[in-house]
Amino acid sequence: MKVDDATVRNIARLARIKVSDEEAISLKGELNGILQWVEQLNEVDTDGVEPMTCVTEMPVKMRKDEVTDGGYASDIVKNAPEKAGTFFVVPKVVE
Amino acid sequence: MSELTDISLAEARNGLRRKEFSAKEITQAHIDAIETGNEALNAYILPTPKLALKTAEIADKKISDNEARPLEGIPLGIKDLFCTKDVRTTASSHILNGFTPTYESTITRNLWDAGAVMLGKLNCDEFAMGSSNETSHFGNVISPWRREGSNAPLVPGGSSGGSAAAVSARLCLGATATDTGGSIRQPAALTGTVGIKPTYGRCSRWGVVAFASSLDQAGPLTRTVHDAAIMLKVMSGYDPKDSTSVDLPVPDFEAALSGGMKGLKVGIPKEYRMDGMPEEIETLWQQGIEWLRSEGAEIIDVSLPHTKYALPAYYIVAPAEASSNLARYDGVRYGLRVPGGDIIEQYENTRSAGFGPEVKRRVLIGTYVLSAGYYDAYYLKAQKVRTLIKRDFEQAFEKVDVLLTPATPGPAFALGEKSGDPIEMYLNDIFTVPANMSGLPGISIPAGLSNEGTPLGLQLISRAFDEEMLFRVGKVIEDAAGILSRPEDWWSIT
Repeated sequence: MKVDDATVRNIARLARIKVSDEEAISLKGELNGILQWVEQLNEVDTDGVEPMTCVTEMPVKMRKDEVTDGGYASDIVKNAPEKAGTFFVVPKVVE
Repeated sequence: MSELTDISLAEARNGLRRKEFSAKEITQAHIDAIETGNEALNAYILPTPKLALKTAEIADKKISDNEARPLEGIPLGIKDLFCTKDVRTTASSHILNGFTPTYESTITRNLWDAGAVMLGKLNCDEFAMGSSNETSHFGNVISPWRREGSNAPLVPGGSSGGSAAAVSARLCLGATATDTGGSIRQPAALTGTVGIKPTYGRCSRWGVVAFASSLDQAGPLTRTVHDAAIMLKVMSGYDPKDSTSVDLPVPDFEAALSGGMKGLKVGIPKEYRMDGMPEEIETLWQQGIEWLRSEGAEIIDVSLPHTKYALPAYYIVAPAEASSNLARYDGVRYGLRVPGGDIIEQYENTRSAGFGPEVKRRVLIGTYVLSAGYYDAYYLKAQKVRTLIKRDFEQAFEKVDVLLTPATPGPAFALGEKSGDPIEMYLNDIFTVPANMSGLPGISIPAGLSNEGTPLGLQLISRAFDEEMLFRVGKVIEDAAGILSRPEDWWSIT
């Protein structure tokens, strides 16, 4: 078992997802199952193999350093659950 | 079922141009089909009939002015992963509750600029994570297909299950779909439709809800190979807003349809013959080989030795990328918010209520494999394996022009049949994932029926940016398979 109860709690915390005790139990089993299954990758000799960074070997296009977009703050906040003018409203984070 | 919903997209294009019927008539026929059929199938989660008729009116004007664009008046369904301006877009997730984009995805923009008509937004697995369309917040999509002599509901495949069911049941002429590990090709195979995942970079991903950015690619789902060629042409193209879209000319895919098999070399990868694969899949594959051989192809056995590692590597890479892409759903900027004592608790409550079990599972796996101390062992290892998988394909394509494989390890299964064990569900994508891991184009073509009377598909994979080869060879398979039977209409309320 790679993932114990504390690890489930920790990664759920890192992922900002609240999990109930019941969920944590079934997640522990499922995550261990998946991690055990991907272990088979250890059979593959990858010494000296470059990790893939992009599937298509295309040079990244550069664009001109100029402003081409923007100026619609009201669109950006349009779907916010809570807003004040063109600001997102969040619970107080600084005392 | 109306005649106007039963024709192909290519036939509709001709009929509209010859003014045999109007865009308004063919659109209305589809709206009626959705009204009577959608309750049973749950393919559309948001029909947009008023918008459709308004667009159809403009199309009719264009046609009468002899200004018809490539898809003028063609009614299409849009997977709910594509952002559509002023039309709710949710990726079938509760966390995007009510999200109404203020912008249009590049692909749908291309479709509307070509005159296409949107019938509505199509159901899919939540954030495109699933192979059976059983993870949608809006409920399961039911396949129009049933096993012979049975009324048990079957899955349409996933994640583009709504697209596949709608195309198969004649609720649209074609649909957009997306494919991260098989989400176009697997549902196409399970519903007797054609689905193509083009080369990574062929279509812009701008405005498409992101799942795993290095694997995601959009494509069409249609009833014929010709229709797929017509739709993909319009969907493709360089987009400055997506730095991974490629600046290459878009070929005339329709012109490739008549190429035939003469002089082509077809590779048969031996690693796609899996232990425990049903006899009928092997038989179908052999049949496909015979069809291509008799049309003049040279059949060559090839080896892709790292095939079996594609799926486990995918289940590291895709969740890792998903965990970072889905970090944006924070209850602040869009959709659902569930308050908490402080902002952290608000994030946690929102994401707990907003994500379904499969999405949570993948976000947590992704978080784990990217967390301190595990990055090298999992993510880096998987990316190295990915290099080897791609190398396998490159070596094979030194010898052959195209690869022929089964599309899925079996026919459509019943609802709930595989949802108990995540890995059993993941194995559905065993033949489709390698193309995503390598960025290569793949197409699924209906090729026969299972012993249960449900569809089976064959897959073709070609070199990067050689979708023309897929259309060329795909047409040969389609012609050889002939007219397959179709689902009997049990879903329409009469």
